[in-house]
Amino acid sequence: MTNISIIDKLKKTKILDLLQEGKRIDGRALNEPRPLVIDTGVIPHANGSARARLGDTEIVSGVKVQLDRPFPDMGDKGIFMCTAEILPLAHPSAETGPPQPDVIELARVVDRGIRESGMIDLSQFVLEKDKSVIGLFADSVVTDHDGNLFDTCSYAAVAAIITSKIPKWEMKDDIPVLIENQESDAPITTIPISVTMGLIGDFIIVDPNLDEWECLDARITITTNSDENIVALQKGGDDGFTFDQLVKCSETSIAVGKEIREIIKQATGANK
Amino acid sequence: MGGREANVVLLDENGIRSDGRKVNETRKVTIKAGVLKNASGSAYIEFGGNKILAGVFGPRDVHPKHMSNPDTGILRVRYHMEPFSVSERKKPAPSRREIEISKVITEALRPAVMLEKFPRTALDVYLEVLQADGGTRCAALDAASVAIADAGIPMRDLVCACAAGKAADTIILDVNNEEDQAGQADMPIGYMPNLGKITLLQLDGVLTTDEYKKCIELGLEGCKQVYEIQKNALREKYFSDGDNN
Repeated sequence: MTNISIIDKLKKTKILDLLQEGKRIDGRALNEPRPLVIDTGVIPHANGSARARLGDTEIVSGVKVQLDRPFPDMGDKGIFMCTAEILPLAHPSAETGPPQPDVIELARVVDRGIRESGMIDLSQFVLEKDKSVIGLFADSVVTDHDGNLFDTCSYAAVAAIITSKIPKWEMKDDIPVLIENQESDAPITTIPISVTMGLIGDFIIVDPNLDEWECLDARITITTNSDENIVALQKGGDDGFTFDQLVKCSETSIAVGKEIREIIKQATGANK
Repeated sequence: MGGREANVVLLDENGIRSDGRKVNETRKVTIKAGVLKNASGSAYIEFGGNKILAGVFGPRDVHPKHMSNPDTGILRVRYHMEPFSVSERKKPAPSRREIEISKVITEALRPAVMLEKFPRTALDVYLEVLQADGGTRCAALDAASVAIADAGIPMRDLVCACAAGKAADTIILDVNNEEDQAGQADMPIGYMPNLGKITLLQLDGVLTTDEYKKCIELGLEGCKQVYEIQKNALREKYFSDGDNN
C-alpha cells in the first residue's frame, strides 16, 4: 500500500510539472481525447453490440431487446435500461462481488445521458398501452481499464444502441406474437456524447487516463446531444469547480463531443 | 424529464408556479441545529415538504480498520429514505439511487471538511429522509453541513445546496416534486460561497448552453439564500442566550 502511494505522489508531481508547460504525461494536448476506435456487430447473438476502445480502455456493450411490462407510471413508453460492470480481468484492483458505489455511479451516469437526451423514441416500443411494451437493455462490461470509464462506456452503449435491430411483435388475442424476419432499425432521435474532464490544480484536461485519473482533484462529465444542447451533468471528486471553469467545460464538451459524434456516426452508419 | 406528462399548469400567465411561488423563489426553508442527544452533531431541515434529519458521529475509530488512512480522516455518508417518505412504499434496503446520492453528497462535503486534522479516524454522516418532496439531495446536503459544523469539526466553509431547473420553457429556482416529474430539467447544485466553488453538480434534462449558464447562476442565488439560513441555525444554537452575533 505504502509503495503505491509513493509512486502516485511522484507521478502526480510529474503530471503537475508537465501541466505547467501545457503538456500531458502521454503527450496529448489538454483538450485532446485519446484515439477512439469503435467496432460494431461484435456479438452476433445480441440485437446490437459494439466494442469501444478509448486509448487502452476497452468496453464491450451488448443490447438485448425483449418483451416487458411497462413501469406503472409510464404505460405509454417502452423500457430502457443501462448496466455496467468492471470485469475482474480488467484491472488487478477489480474484484468480483456486489457492485461498488463507483460502478453504480458509472452505470447511472451512462444511463442518464442516454435517457435524458431522448436518444431512443420509447413511445414506438408500445405494443399495448399499460400492458405490453418492448424493453431495450444495454449492458456494458469493462474488459480493460485505463481510466475514463464514463465516456468509453457511453460510446460503446450508444454505438450498440444505434446498430440495434428491433424484432417485430404483434398483438394477437391479447398476446404479443413474434413476427419472424421483420426486424427494424432502432428509433434513434439524437446521438448523446459524454465528455469527461478532470481538474488538476487549475488545469482542466479532457479524457484523463488512469494515471491522470488517480491525480484528479475533481471531475465533470457533460453529455451533449446532436443539437449541441446539454442533456446531463455529473460532478465527482473531492474538490469543486468555479462558475467560469464550468462554462469553459461546457464549451469544451460541445467541441470535443462534435468530433466524437462524427467517429461514432462513421462506425455505425448513423445519419442523425 | 423522461417525457412524463402531467395535467398541471407548471407556470401560469402571471409567472406563478403550481405551488404559488415566483420563478426565482425557493420554498420555505427552516433548519435547526443540535436536535439529537447521542450524535456528535445533528441538524433537522424542512425544505418545502422535505423533512430530513442529519446525524454526525466522530471523528471516531474506523471499522473496518483497513479503511483507515494514516494521512487523513475519512468521510462516510449514508443518504437513506424511509419506506414511508414517498407516496408508494419504498423498500428499506439502499437502492442504487441512494448509493449514488450518498457518493455525490460525500464528494460535495469533502472539500469543506478539514479531515486532514483527524488522521486514522472516520467521520460518519447519516442522512435520513423522513419525507421526500423533490430536491432531497440538496436539502440533505444542507442539513449535513450544519450537522458537521454542530459537531465542532473544522470546516473551510459550509456547503449550501439548492436546485435550479427548467419547467414550462422557463428557468426556475428550487424544483419541487411536481416540477421534477413534469418539468424539462433538474440541476442540483452544491456551493461553498466563501471559496466560490461548486462541489455538487448534476443535471438531467435538456438545456441550451445559455440556459445552462443561467441555470447555474440562478441556482447559486438559491444556494446563497440557504447559506444565510444555515448560519442562522448555528447562531440560534450557540448564541441564542443574549449574544446574537
